[in-house]
Amino acid sequence: MGILSDEKARRLLLPAAVLSVSGLLLTGCGAPPEEGDSNANGEAQVSTDPEVGDDNSDYLACIVSDEGGFDDRSFNQSSYEGLKAAESDYGIKIREAESQEPGEFTPNVNSMVDAGCNSIFGVGFMLGDTIKPIAEKESDIHFFGVDVTDGGFSDNVQNLTYDTAQAAFLAGYLAAGMSETGTVATYGGMELPTVTIFMEGFAEGVEYYNEQKDEDVKVLGWDNDAKTGSFIGDFSNQAAGKTNTANFINEGADIIMPVAGPVGLGTLDAVAEAGEDKGVKVIWVDSDGYESTDKGQYILTSVMKNMGQSVTDVIAEDLKGEFTHEAYLGTLENEGVGLAPYHDFDGEVPEDLKKEVEDLRQQIIDGDVTVESSIDEG
Amino acid sequence: MSTAAPQPTASEAPGTASGTQPGAGRPAPDQASVMRQILSGNGTVTVLAIVLSLLISGLLIVVTDEDVQETAGYFFGRPTDMLAAAWSAFSGAFLALFRGAIFNYEASNFEGMIRPLTETMTVATPLIIISLGIAIAFKAGLFNIGGQGQFIFGAMFATWFGVSMDLPFGVHLLVVLVMGVLGGMLWGSVVGLLKAYTGAHEVILTIMLNYVALNLLAYLLNTDVLRREGTTNPVSEFLPQQARFPLLFGEGFRLHWGFVLALAATAFAWWLLQRSTVGFRLRAVGANPAAARTAGISVKGAYITAMAVSGGLAGLAGMAHVSGTEGSLNTSVAGSFGFDAITVALLGRSNPVGVLFAGLLFGALRAGGVTMQTQTGVPIDIVLVVQSFIVLFIAAPPLVRTIFRLPAPGAAKARRTADPVTQPAVAGAAVAGASGEAAVPSVETQEAAVAAESAADGVEDPDPAPTAAEPAPAAGADTQTSEKGETR
Repeated sequence: MGILSDEKARRLLLPAAVLSVSGLLLTGCGAPPEEGDSNANGEAQVSTDPEVGDDNSDYLACIVSDEGGFDDRSFNQSSYEGLKAAESDYGIKIREAESQEPGEFTPNVNSMVDAGCNSIFGVGFMLGDTIKPIAEKESDIHFFGVDVTDGGFSDNVQNLTYDTAQAAFLAGYLAAGMSETGTVATYGGMELPTVTIFMEGFAEGVEYYNEQKDEDVKVLGWDNDAKTGSFIGDFSNQAAGKTNTANFINEGADIIMPVAGPVGLGTLDAVAEAGEDKGVKVIWVDSDGYESTDKGQYILTSVMKNMGQSVTDVIAEDLKGEFTHEAYLGTLENEGVGLAPYHDFDGEVPEDLKKEVEDLRQQIIDGDVTVESSIDEG
Repeated sequence: MSTAAPQPTASEAPGTASGTQPGAGRPAPDQASVMRQILSGNGTVTVLAIVLSLLISGLLIVVTDEDVQETAGYFFGRPTDMLAAAWSAFSGAFLALFRGAIFNYEASNFEGMIRPLTETMTVATPLIIISLGIAIAFKAGLFNIGGQGQFIFGAMFATWFGVSMDLPFGVHLLVVLVMGVLGGMLWGSVVGLLKAYTGAHEVILTIMLNYVALNLLAYLLNTDVLRREGTTNPVSEFLPQQARFPLLFGEGFRLHWGFVLALAATAFAWWLLQRSTVGFRLRAVGANPAAARTAGISVKGAYITAMAVSGGLAGLAGMAHVSGTEGSLNTSVAGSFGFDAITVALLGRSNPVGVLFAGLLFGALRAGGVTMQTQTGVPIDIVLVVQSFIVLFIAAPPLVRTIFRLPAPGAAKARRTADPVTQPAVAGAAVAGASGEAAVPSVETQEAAVAAESAADGVEDPDPAPTAAEPAPAAGADTQTSEKGETR
């Protein structure tokens, strides 16, 4: 704790000032673009409907996030990316509003109404309560509730729901087939229906494997009879995810499915620390973890919830004037949910098992195998 | 954060504090010098702190604007492009903030024009009430960080009595209101009792009890106690109409009678602190527990009372939020009210009338932030930045005085009694302020450097940290916004 004289302080500040000024000088040396030049930046990752065309600049689609924000690496982000894809492919205009807390849901949606949006997307089940009364008043606007499962909405609302249990069922079957220790595990972020549906499907997939093969693969972290399981309590505490995963590994689990958004990164850390000889693998959820995380070498596959695609699809339908009040349900059949490629593990998964999973997928689509926890259509 | 411990600290003579208090004759707010420093600033500093925060936020808006970044790339090719882009980003954002918070001159009818102001009042309602609670605790020398938990308890009690009972209009609302207050009071009193009889520190107690309240809420919303029938989502049933605050101006506006309640609560808090015996005891204990004890005032009683009243007001805020604005309960009903309330109480200098206006200001920022986000695409986080800078400047009056070259009241005395704890904060703030401005073209960089230097002069022992204390707060804000920029 010495004392800094004026002189010294001045001398220390000088280089900083010089640096920042020269920084400004350097960055300012680019060439100005030609007048009237516009740059288009498309980031399309979804398939698009050619019928719609690419000039719909009179259509304004708006999106309101829940507390997660549009950078949550989960459903807010996926939905937002779907909207961005529609912007670049269909030429629509978009507006977005992030909510920091539930108190902002209603002001945000109202603000979108005032902004003259043609359609408004509310992301997350909590937006359902917000949209319901506003949609009744604003019958000219089409509302979409992403992940909203309630009923009783007016005719200008379409809900987008996802039967992730179907895809998680396949993941459970695959995990049971790949497990060497005979124990697999799952845990959730918070006890929400959109989280537990993954865990139920996963546990049922393992059960189905046990029935078919007369095996006894155990599931840690979810009790499908009692419908209770292991939860972190939020979607941000990666350290808790790591501890939880380490415990599962100690109990002998060698395939783990975290259903907790970014908390799953903690699981990847724990798996990396457990070392190669344990051979622990992870099943990611929502997006393809091989692409969205930097530890793809541990990810066996991912249970994907293709929200971006469905958002783009319903916008296309609305542009064609084919809006429907009937809820969109993402299934294996319409590829609203699905299993990601095996990537690095492609060579390790036995061909027989791959075929069984593929057959099972077809059986679920055909209705020959029913997944108990599936949500009802409509 | 050294607050009044039950045991007197002999080194603090009662006389040292009184000199810096502008309201002569009133006891000094706290023996802890941080508290004294924060509460002793005058109105000018407060206003300037707000102006300064808005300016810095405006700069952040400009430098994070995509058009500005793009045009800055060829600044020397055609400088007008960047200047025009900068101006449109700056003015667009603040005009949108104004339209969303006070008066929408673009609306087609009168109703639409004044709706923003009613929105501001709606949003401010719970914030004002809970901040009054925090301010009363401040006056008694207690840092109530537990507003969040007390808010949740009030909301939980109110919801349960609202949903599971069927009473006539008027009576039901009253029951819900009383229960909300009792809920918060219960949770606040626990802290007061533990502090008074075991000496446990209220900051730690309240933080921990926040977690207890939050997890209890999450648990109850996942059981039949609070969960809405027919859903598995953790949300409660809507409160029936007779348990809701009636709307003040009809269907078109969200503003409800809870706002009138907030005004009444302000009057109550003012009366309690300035005119009642209880309030006098609280202030006396807050000023100097040892002297208060000598004068025959029960310090324990004061702690318990302060926390009970503080919690009761927080509970009332929770009730007003559920019964007025939201209509139902969910796991994050408390949002960030408990923490924003600390800021509002500080900004209002723990004076009930000051808290009322500070609460309205924050309500305006929140309401306007929504419009700013939807109409100009400026991320809502900028509102948080404004709020944070306000706290920073409020907590460092010398910095504000130096920037605006205001005379420092009782500067010599302040130097003598300066607390080493506050020094690094002040020095750090000076650097942070300077670097925040360094992001703009050269002239201002120089000015900022001068400002930082003279700010360092203003305090006796400028911590050598300036170099090490490399603008942590500003840098943090920067990276956050740039991350946002990438994802957008």
